Amino acid sequence: MSALTKTAAILREVLRQPSGLVGAVIFGGHVVVALLAPLIIPYDPAAQNVNAMMQAPSIVHWFGTDKLGRDVFSRTIMGGREAMLISTLSTVVAMVWGSALGISLAQIGGRTDALIMRCVDGLMSIPWILMVMLFVAVLGTGTASLIPILGFSYGLSVIYLARAAALDFVARDFILAAQARGQSRWTIVGRELFPNVRDSLAVQGAMQWSWIFLAVSSLSYLGMGVAPPTPDWGQMISDSRGIMQLAPWALIWPMVALSSLVIGMNLFVDAWAKTIGVDRAQRVPEA
Amino acid sequence: MLGMILERIGMALGTMVFISVVCFSGLELMPGDACTIHLGRGASDSALANCRDRIGLDRPATTRFAEWSVNLVRGDLGVSAQRGKPITQIVKWRLRNTLILATVAALIGIPLALFLGVVSGLSRDGPADVSISSIAIFGMTVPEFISGTLMILIFSVTLNWATGIVLASYRAPALELLRASILPAATLTFILAAHILRMVRASIIEILQSEFVLMARLKGVPRRQIIWRHVVPNALLPAISVIGLTIAWLLGGVVIVESVFNYPGLGRLAVDAVADQDLPLVQAIALLFGAIYILVNLCSDLLAMALNPRLRSLRG
Repeated sequence: MSALTKTAAILREVLRQPSGLVGAVIFGGHVVVALLAPLIIPYDPAAQNVNAMMQAPSIVHWFGTDKLGRDVFSRTIMGGREAMLISTLSTVVAMVWGSALGISLAQIGGRTDALIMRCVDGLMSIPWILMVMLFVAVLGTGTASLIPILGFSYGLSVIYLARAAALDFVARDFILAAQARGQSRWTIVGRELFPNVRDSLAVQGAMQWSWIFLAVSSLSYLGMGVAPPTPDWGQMISDSRGIMQLAPWALIWPMVALSSLVIGMNLFVDAWAKTIGVDRAQRVPEA
Repeated sequence: MLGMILERIGMALGTMVFISVVCFSGLELMPGDACTIHLGRGASDSALANCRDRIGLDRPATTRFAEWSVNLVRGDLGVSAQRGKPITQIVKWRLRNTLILATVAALIGIPLALFLGVVSGLSRDGPADVSISSIAIFGMTVPEFISGTLMILIFSVTLNWATGIVLASYRAPALELLRASILPAATLTFILAAHILRMVRASIIEILQSEFVLMARLKGVPRRQIIWRHVVPNALLPAISVIGLTIAWLLGGVVIVESVFNYPGLGRLAVDAVADQDLPLVQAIALLFGAIYILVNLCSDLLAMALNPRLRSLRG
């Protein structure tokens, strides 16, 4: 079976589960909206209007307006784009360097492996947000610096996962056979180990994506992520904190959008992990 | 046994040394230093030299590292670039405030999570389990700043039970902070409990399916005795190391929850320090959080070893 038909079969299996289907629909909906956003929005999301501040939802402004008179609907529709873009690129960075190093370490083993893993352990003991903040303090914020920063920080946990997944295979006969054939270490990593851990890495990638998305939103909330005038859900929630009583709609819509995206993603990833039998933390054993 | 404990403590110390080297050299490798960032790009050479002289940046990195680490061991975290005060003084009170918040959350959250986890696991897929689990999954998935904002919306804005924003100064007496920390502590408790109870639930379900429980059931041991003598103790043991990890992981959440509620703790200080680009302060706080993480993990590992004889002989 080719890799593509296998992926299609897995996908069908995921969509057959109710949670997988619901998750896929929610997540897919978000992606479609994000892609078509410029065509949907009735107003410029950054345009301020002093004559229409904190207006309640109406025919003119479906989700109302915020404290600067900006249209909450347009901002909510546009608000996921930048964070999704940053998360996607950061996930690629994290997955590439994390899984390359992780799989290689599983194959190399011995002292090098032990030493590097100790260092990874050490780095992981600084909570992610402080590590990211340390970098942001020096490199500044903005998309260009967030991608390497998040890609690096989140790659650390990918090293663990990739190494653990590859360790399942390093002692198997086909790897020993490849060694006996005289294949180089790097050929074994690329040709023998990688194809076997690819599926579980793909699930991990999806999980990383939702974690990184949360990280970007949290950073935006703290004023270190997506910078104005680009609208962002985390930033919108932080902006509208002070007018919670006067204009709750300015706060609620971005919260609904953000929560539904991460919940949808998690439902989908859970169903996917279950389908291919990846042990996701906190998964209950099947009866 | 003693050897293993010493080895574990040695490992923790080693990690501590490693992260301090990383924190220090990480900043060395970056473009610019505390002074260029503090004074901005347009700063004159003499102002830069002055600043470097004041915080001792003009000496070689190795000398500074040696001095920095000796001071660190003595409890001196250096001088803030932006605030012109010793970091230890700035950080001292906020550390206390963060510890108050985290302790309250842990003291309420852990027993609550153990209880709800057991209830949920024993009534698997029943109405109690479904409702507890759904709320827990929501708490685990949604970011901290949304849970926190929802808490304010529900308990402060709508029900008017507690104040949403903490107004206490960072040097307020502990009791005042304790009163102010109701909602932030509730938010942390909620997130902490959600993570731990899912683990406890999974572990209860796993043990309910084990052979020794089946054996007890076949022998006709009463259900209550099976649960309290066989299932619960065995399910709670692995929970201990999970609790350690969750608390440590939660430290990141503290930063956000403190910012949501304006709580005068270490996390909010870190956010302010990043906004001011006060590098030495950010560095010191990262190091402190790392130290707390290592300490919590060490304690939970030692506790797990003390309670679970199997861990004492198993290596790795």
